[in-house]
Parts: sequence; structure tokens; C-alpha cells
Amino acid sequence: MGQRHLRWLIVIVILLGIDLWINWPGTTSVRIGPYSQNVSLREGLDLQGGLEVLLEADVPANQAVDATSMDAVRAVIESRVNGLGVSQPVVQLSGSRRILVELPGYENPQDAVALIKQTGLLEFVDAGTTPLVAGMQVRTDVAGNGAAQATPSAEPSQSLSPSATPQSTPASTETLAAGATTGTPAAGAATAVPTPTGPVYHTVMTGADLSSVNAGADQLGKPVINFVLSAAGTKIFSDYTTSHVGQYLAIVLDDQVLSSPVVETPITNGQGQISGSFTVESANALAIQLRYGALPIPLRVAQIETVGPSLGQDSLRRSLVAGAVGMSVVALFMILYYRLPGIVADVALALYFLTALSIFRVLPVTFTLPGIAGFVLSVGMAVDANVLIFERLKEELRGGKPLRAAVEAGFSRAWLSIRDSNFSTLITCIILYWFGGAFGASLVKGFALTLAIGVLVSMFTAIIVTRTFLHLVLDRMDFSRRHSWFGI
Amino acid sequence: MNIIGKRYWFFGLSLAIIIPGMIFLAMGGLHPAIDFTGGSLLQLKFTSGQAPQPASVELALARLGITGPSVQTVGTDSIAIQAQEMDTTTKDKVAKALSSEFGAATVTQFESVGPALGSEVAQRAAGTVALAALAITLYITYAFRRVPNAFRFGIAAVVAMIHDVLVVIGGEAILGHFLGWQADSLFLTALLTVIGFSVHDTIVVFDRIRENELQYKRIPFETIVNHSVVQTLDRSINTSLTVLLTLLALAIFGGVTTRHFILILLLGMASGTYSSIFNAAAILVVWENREWRTWFRRGPAQASAA
Repeated sequence: MGQRHLRWLIVIVILLGIDLWINWPGTTSVRIGPYSQNVSLREGLDLQGGLEVLLEADVPANQAVDATSMDAVRAVIESRVNGLGVSQPVVQLSGSRRILVELPGYENPQDAVALIKQTGLLEFVDAGTTPLVAGMQVRTDVAGNGAAQATPSAEPSQSLSPSATPQSTPASTETLAAGATTGTPAAGAATAVPTPTGPVYHTVMTGADLSSVNAGADQLGKPVINFVLSAAGTKIFSDYTTSHVGQYLAIVLDDQVLSSPVVETPITNGQGQISGSFTVESANALAIQLRYGALPIPLRVAQIETVGPSLGQDSLRRSLVAGAVGMSVVALFMILYYRLPGIVADVALALYFLTALSIFRVLPVTFTLPGIAGFVLSVGMAVDANVLIFERLKEELRGGKPLRAAVEAGFSRAWLSIRDSNFSTLITCIILYWFGGAFGASLVKGFALTLAIGVLVSMFTAIIVTRTFLHLVLDRMDFSRRHSWFGI
Repeated sequence: MNIIGKRYWFFGLSLAIIIPGMIFLAMGGLHPAIDFTGGSLLQLKFTSGQAPQPASVELALARLGITGPSVQTVGTDSIAIQAQEMDTTTKDKVAKALSSEFGAATVTQFESVGPALGSEVAQRAAGTVALAALAITLYITYAFRRVPNAFRFGIAAVVAMIHDVLVVIGGEAILGHFLGWQADSLFLTALLTVIGFSVHDTIVVFDRIRENELQYKRIPFETIVNHSVVQTLDRSINTSLTVLLTLLALAIFGGVTTRHFILILLLGMASGTYSSIFNAAAILVVWENREWRTWFRRGPAQASAA
């Protein structure tokens, strides 16, 4: 056997080894030295259930959205999503104005959506001598500038629970004007309120000056938010509280007042607590939002989908059965029609299947039901190339060429057809992938990706593997006595 | 076997398949799903195993302020509600209200698409199909550049592709009319896959024509083309057969969620195979002979048609 074929044989054996290593039942990760890679199969939303939300920049349609800001939005959302503790979440830019969020297995879409999309701009606002009603919309002068400057004016006390440690809470008179209503920040964004008229209040400080935030409970067990300010924030806060004792400092989230306590004493240690009508969940949600910062661009929900997992698992099982049946039938067909080369093609097919699967595990590619269908389809197409080659081979043999030459002629003549036809499939896959990407349609993307990978890998296995094995088997064979082995 | 000789017979067969589809399309058989129109889809499964009548559900929804919903029964224990876009709070409200009125129910599926997004997707979809067609034409013209009149190969392939697109859309319109199936993003995916595959198959035939044309320069074009088609019959059918077999397995054994998708693929691929063998090459011949000059004329055929 020629040198070339021997070299390829070695490559193929190594590839087979890698494939088996990665796909060995029970392997969830592979390790090479210090590098470890998770290789378990990822299931898409339609298989494990969960939530998929497509968020869009909430700005007028003709206003351009700056790419760096969208990146920042994406990063903030990703942090918030990670804060939820969902495994394998997906947060991706989709087109120039949209962000796709996938939360597999997440049970509570309402809370999640509110948490993710809310802008989360926290402001400490100088309310002057009258407290602001919790739940009312206010206008502040924060737009454009970050933390506003503290205006000094002399007044002592402060009732923002100056705590030595964020956990303990000394008694503090919290003057919440007429309690009640929507202290829950999560619901705040849902209502569409007209721009409030009324005085513009001065923002002393924003959430950007917080260095850490935690949800906790006060002495009575009511959920509160404890925070620690950054160095700059501490200074601003201390200056302000020193000069505004006895006045009201409103805490405003996304232009809605959470609470409006009175400043009883100056707070110089940069720690404080926000109380309001929080539930444990809403306090946690707000803490997460504050921790990672406000969104530079407001968002709205363009599309939302929740999937229950039960449908998916049943379909998965069936698709796998269908795939197995499909591939067996194809393998059988190849043997019946092409005999000996057919067996070689089936070996190549098996290697194709394992190699493609390994790639899906390592990349990783998330499996959705259409994705699985695409994979099975690509198996059918993988054999295509072999069919072309073998038909050519039969022709050449009928034409009287010696076996070895016939094999080579078969391959080289068929290559052009294989290349052109697979290319057109690849072109459609690229277009599909791009189309799906612009709309966060992960099902479309998943299908395009699996089909494309399948086509590429199959080009390799059909040509290299089949050719190597054919030469391996045939080169020393006396063809004249073995016509029937080739289906002629 | 004279396939090219009987080409008008096969063109007629194609029309016989496409025209009914177009009729159903005109009758509004193609139902775009909310992916393209915007709106919401809510599927509820009732634990009692018995779904309420759609009419009573519609009444209940009207009381909740949901205008113009359409309710369908799915299987025996589920209903699917399609209405205008709704957010998660509304969805929970609806689910709770329906549960208290008709018995405990769980949400098996919920999807809501804003109308602006929906129409944008629809527009892009049309553009995507056009783009795919264009890209493939250009690629084929390039790949066949050494053959005289390479551009015709590209156009012929695209015409065969359009044939397949029409068959698929017509088929979907018929299914939509009789079974109420909707065309969603997966339908579009299937359509684009069919486009890619249709050409895959056509190229096999064209390839042989290219080879024969370069080799047998003195034989009349029509003869070369027919010869090529017959020679490649085996491989055309076999390459398609393997794909069709896998799709058939998926359709029969696969889960119900992808069945629509697979059936469209099956229809499209079968059509693709047919058009590659019986239509694509024939178009080349029609062009070469400029046969359109004789279509509307009665009397002796032109001498150049030989």
C-alpha cells in the first residue's frame, strides 16, 4: 500500500481513538494536563424546558444604538443572570439592538424577566423638608451626569440606620410617608406611567457609588437591603448627611420612590440600609440588580417563550430512535447496493458519526430537536459523496480500468461534484445561521450549525476515510475474479 | 430512455403539482405563525384529562379582557390559545382564571412575540430566501465557468429551485387549509434547507453535462444532455434515496414536535430530486434551442429546434 495511504490510516486511527475517548459512555469531561473541557451533551431549551427572552433596546426605532453600550448592557445582564444561579444560561447579542437570554430549567419566568430587564438605576435624592410618597414617580437631575454633587447645608441627624456592620440594625425612625403600595421594585417596570410633571429633584448619589450590596433583615425580620459605599461615595454621603440633618433623603429606583427616610445623624462610615415594602424575593432581586449596576440602555421584552420539559424529553427519545433507524437503513442499503465498497462506506459512516458527535461535545453545540434532525439529515447526505464515488468507480471498472486506477479515477472525477453540491448546502447553512442570529431564533441557528458541521465532517470521512480503506483492502486484490463484490 | 425528449410532458406534470398548491395559497391556506405576525400562544394541559370546549374558553377570555382570541383543542386534554401579545403577568392571570373555572391546568407552552418583531422577521425571511437563491446562482455560474454559457446553468438551477419552493409552499398551503398547520420559523428553515439540497442534486446532473460537453464537442446539445441525465439517473436517485430514507425514519419514529418540519423536508427533497432529473437539464435544452419562439406559433417548428 502506498506511503500516502499509510499516513492517512494512522491519522484515521488516531482520530478514532480520540473519538472513542471523548464519547466513551459516562465521560463528562476530558483532561489534557492542566486543561479540562466539559464534554457532556448540552440540551437546548426545547429539550430541558426553561425560559427564553428576547430583549430589545427601548429607544425610538430611528435612534441608533451604540455598540459599546449594548455590550455593557449584555455584560450587566449576564452578571444578573449568573446571580440567579441558573446552570448554563445564555446571554447573547442578537443583531445590533437585541439581546437573547436563555434560562434552561428556570421555573419562574415572571420574576426572572423583571429582574433581567429592569434598568435598575438607584438614586439617593434630596427631598428637602417634605418626605416623598413611596411609589410615586419623580424626576431627578441625574440624566447625563453620574453621581451628583452633594450640596452642603447644615443639618445633623440621619435616619438611614447608620450600622456599624451591615447585618445589625440599630433602631432608627424610618419615616416612610404613608406606607403601602409598590415598594416592590420588580413590579415597578411593568406599569407604563406618563412622564411625571412636578419639581425636578437633585440626585445626591447613585447606585454606581455602592461597593457592595446584600439582602438582609432588620430587627423585626423585615427584608431590607444593606449596602456599603465606595470611598468616593462615603465622602459624598458623609458630606451630605452632615449638612442635611433633619431633611428627607428619598431612595428612588428607576424614577420610582422606594422610601423617604429622614436624616437623623451624619453617616460617615459609608454603610447603610434601605427598607421598604420588600419581600424576601424582591429584596434579593433588587440586591442582584444593584450589585451589577444599572443598564445604560433601557430594555423592553420583544419576545418571550417558556417551554415545559416533559414534551421535550419524550420527543428526544423518539428522535434518537428515529436517528438510529434511519442510519441503520442507510447502512443496509449501501451494503446491498454496493457490496464491498458499501461496507467500506459504512465504516466511514460510523467514523463520521463519532467524529461529528465529538465536535458537538467539545465546541459545544447545544442540541435542539431540529438540531438532531439536522444531524440525522447530514448522515443521509454524508453517504451521498460515497454514492457518487462508487458509481464512478463502477463505471471505470466496466470501462476496463485496473482496480487501483479505477479507484483513483473514481475519487478524482467525483470530487468536483461533491465539492460543488456540498458547498451549496453550506451556503444555505451560513445564510440560515445569520438569519437565526439576527432574531435570537436558536432553533434555526442550531439546525444550521449541526447541518454545516455535518457536511464538513462528512466531506472528510467520505473522501479520506473511504479512499484509504478502499486502497487498504483492494490494492492487492485480483479484481477479475471478484466482480460480484462490487455489484457489477 | 429519452427523458429530455419528453420534457414538456414532465413540465406539465410539474404544473399539475404546483397549480393546486397555488390555488390553496390564494385561498389563504398559508397560515403564518406568531413568529411572523406577532401575538401570543398559550398552551394549557388540564390535569383532569378533559379539556373544556373552545367556545366556553373564549367566553372566559373575553371576560378577562383578551380580545379576539382563537382557541383550539389539542389532543384530549390540552387547549392552545392564540391571542394578541401578552406579558407574563397577564399570562399568569389567564392561567389562574382558567384553572379556577375549568379545573386545574398547567402551562405546557407559552410564547409571545411583539408585532414589530414579527413583521421584521417576516420581511427578513423573504429576503433570506432571495439571498440564498442569488448566492447559489452565482456560485454555480462560477463553478461552471469553463463551460460555454455558464450563466444558463446557474439560471436553470435557480428555476428548478423555484419549482421546489413553489411545491413546498403549495404543500404547506394545502396542509394549512385542511389541517390548520401554521408556518413558523422551522418551516422557513425547512424551506431554506430544501433550496440548498435542490441544488445539491441538480449539480450532480450538471456536472455530467459539463464533462460530456467538454469531451464530445460535436454531438448536438440535446443528445449530450439526455445522455448525461440517463447516465446520472442511478446516482441522482441513490443520493436522494439515502436522504429520503433518513427523513422517512424521522417522520415515522420521531417525536410529534418535529413532524411538521420533517414532512416539509420530505416533500421538498422529493421535489428537489424530481426537478433535478426531469426539469433542470431540460431547461438548458429549451434555452439552447430558444424554444420559446415556437410556443406561441402554430405551424412547422423552426429548423434550429433540432
